[in-house]
Amino acid sequence: MDTIPADTAKKLSTAVERMPAFPKSVQKILEITRNINCRPKELVSVIEKDPVITMKVLRVVNSAQLGLTTKITSVNQSVVYLGQNTVKNLALSIAAIGILPSTNAAGFDIQRYLMHSLTTASFARQLCGIYAPNEVDPGDCYIAGLLHDFGKIVFAQYMSEQFKQVLAVSAERKVPSCVVEHEVIGADHTIVGAMLAQKWQFPQALIDCIRTHHTQDAPNTGMNDCLRMGDLISRQLGDAKGTHPYREGEAPINPQRFGGDLAKVIAALGDMDKLVADAMSFAQVSLSK
Amino acid sequence: MKVRFWGVRGSIPSPGPHTLRYGGNTTCIEIRSDAGELIIIDGGTGIFALAQSLLKQLPIKANIFITHTHWDHIHGLPFFTPLYIPGNSVRISGAYDVVTSTGIDQIMAVQLQYSYYPVREVEMHAAIEYETLAVGAAVTVGDATVTNAILNHPVINLGYRVECNGKSVFFTGDHEPYYNIYEPEDEDYEEYQQLIAEKQSAVDEAVRGVDVLIADCSYTEEEYPSKRGWGHGTFGSSIELARRVGAKKLVCTHHEPTRSDDELERVFAAALARFEVGAGDPEVILSREGLEIDL
Repeated sequence: MDTIPADTAKKLSTAVERMPAFPKSVQKILEITRNINCRPKELVSVIEKDPVITMKVLRVVNSAQLGLTTKITSVNQSVVYLGQNTVKNLALSIAAIGILPSTNAAGFDIQRYLMHSLTTASFARQLCGIYAPNEVDPGDCYIAGLLHDFGKIVFAQYMSEQFKQVLAVSAERKVPSCVVEHEVIGADHTIVGAMLAQKWQFPQALIDCIRTHHTQDAPNTGMNDCLRMGDLISRQLGDAKGTHPYREGEAPINPQRFGGDLAKVIAALGDMDKLVADAMSFAQVSLSK
Repeated sequence: MKVRFWGVRGSIPSPGPHTLRYGGNTTCIEIRSDAGELIIIDGGTGIFALAQSLLKQLPIKANIFITHTHWDHIHGLPFFTPLYIPGNSVRISGAYDVVTSTGIDQIMAVQLQYSYYPVREVEMHAAIEYETLAVGAAVTVGDATVTNAILNHPVINLGYRVECNGKSVFFTGDHEPYYNIYEPEDEDYEEYQQLIAEKQSAVDEAVRGVDVLIADCSYTEEEYPSKRGWGHGTFGSSIELARRVGAKKLVCTHHEPTRSDDELERVFAAALARFEVGAGDPEVILSREGLEIDL
C-alpha cells in the first residue's frame, strides 16, 4: 500500500490542526453562541455538517492526553463525554481560526466537496437503517460519509500546486482524481484521510472505511458498504448535474446486500429532494451553478 | 482513612453571619490515608485554613487532586503556604483541558500572572510536581489509590475515588446529571438517550459501593429548571445516585453561596422528606467546615 513520507505526514497533520472550517458553519456557530442559552442540539446540528469541525472535535475527544478508554464516534457522544460547554468552546476556537476560502490555489471546488460529503453522509446513514440495521450504528455511517474524502480538502489546502496538477490531469485524461493522486502526490486522498484518522486515534472501523472506500475488494462490512453505496449515489446525483464527469470508467461498488439494482436502492431512500436542498443550502451551492 | 472538610461552599466565598455554622469557604477536602498520606481534593479558599494547620507538621508531602479548574476550586492554591517552604513536596494532579490543549501544569501559571499575583512560581521553594491525569487512570499515594471518572460540567471535571484498605470515598466535584439535549419528537432523541444511559452506567460503576459519597447538591429540585446546563446537581439527583450505587453515606456539598445556614437546613430537610430518605437508605448529611468522617 502507498504511504506518504513521514515528514509530509507530520506536516499535514500539524497543518490540519490550524485548518479553518466552512463559511456557513463558522457563521452559524458565532451566531448561535452569542446567546448564553444557546441550545446544544442546534450546535450539534451545525458541527456535524462540517467535516473540518467534526474531524477536530473527534480528534480532541479521542486524544491520548484526555485518555478516554471509550472510542468516541459522534458529535452527540462528544457532548455527553465532554459536556455541552466544552464542545461549544471547542467549536468557537475552531471558528476563530477563520473560514476556508471559497477559492483555493488548487482550483478545487470546496462547496461541491462539502455538498458531496453531506449527501454521502446522509445517504450512508439512511442506507444503514435499511440494509445494515443492528450491524452498525447509523450515526457512525454518517460520520464515515462526512469524513471519507477529507484527504482531498487537505490536498487542496496544503498541497495546492500538486493537487491543481491532479485536477488538470484528471480532467484531461478523464480518469478519477484518486488515480492521478497516486501518480502526482504518491498517495491518494484515502491514504491521507486514513493517516490523519489513525494519528488522531479515531475508531478503527472509521479509519478502515476512509482508507478503503475506493478499494474494490475491501471487506463488506456494514459501514464500508453503506459508505461506498452512499458515495456512489451521491456521485450519481452529482453526475446528473455534471459535477463528476470522470467516473464512468470506475466500476460501481455494489455489494450483494443491496441486490444489484441501483435504481431500486435509490428508490428505497425515498424523496431525497429536501435532503439534497438542505445540503446545498449549507454548502452554499447555487442550484444554477 | 479520615476525611475533613475545609471548604463546602460553591461558586464564591461567602463569609458572614449567615454562613457561620456551615462555613463560607469554597471547596477543599482533606483525606488522610490509614498511613497518614495527605490527599487534598481541590484548592478552593478552604485550603488556606488547611495550610495553616499543616505548618505544625512540616515538612509535608501533599497530593492535591483538582476536580476542575473553575475559580472556586483553585483560587486558594497560591495561598497554600507549604508551597513556599523548602523541604515540602506538593504534587498537583488534574485533567487535560481539551479547549486550550494544556495540562494541569498551567493551573498556577494562569493564576500567578504579574497583574494578578505578586509571586512567581519559581519563587515557591517547595518541590512542585504536576501530573496531568488520563481519564480513568489510577494513582498510588502510599497506601491509598486514587482513580477518576469524567463527569458532567461546563469544563472537564474529574470525580475522584480514594480507596484505602477496603474503605472508599468518592467526591464528584461539580456534576450535573446527564439530560437529553433533544426533545422526544426529535430524530436524535433515542440515540442520545442511549448514549446517556451508557455514560451514566459507567459513572455509577465508578462510584459503586462507596462508603462515603460527597456530591454536588447545589440546587433544590425547584431551583434546578432555571439552572439547567450550569453543571450542578440537586439534593434529589445525589440521593438517587447514592441509592443506585449503594453508597453508605451521602455528604451533600457545594452549598449555594446565597443560602444562609437556616435556609440550607430548611431545604435539606425538605429534600429528605421529598425523597423519603429513611431506613435502608444511605445516611444523608450536609457538609460543613470542620466536619470529620472516620472510616
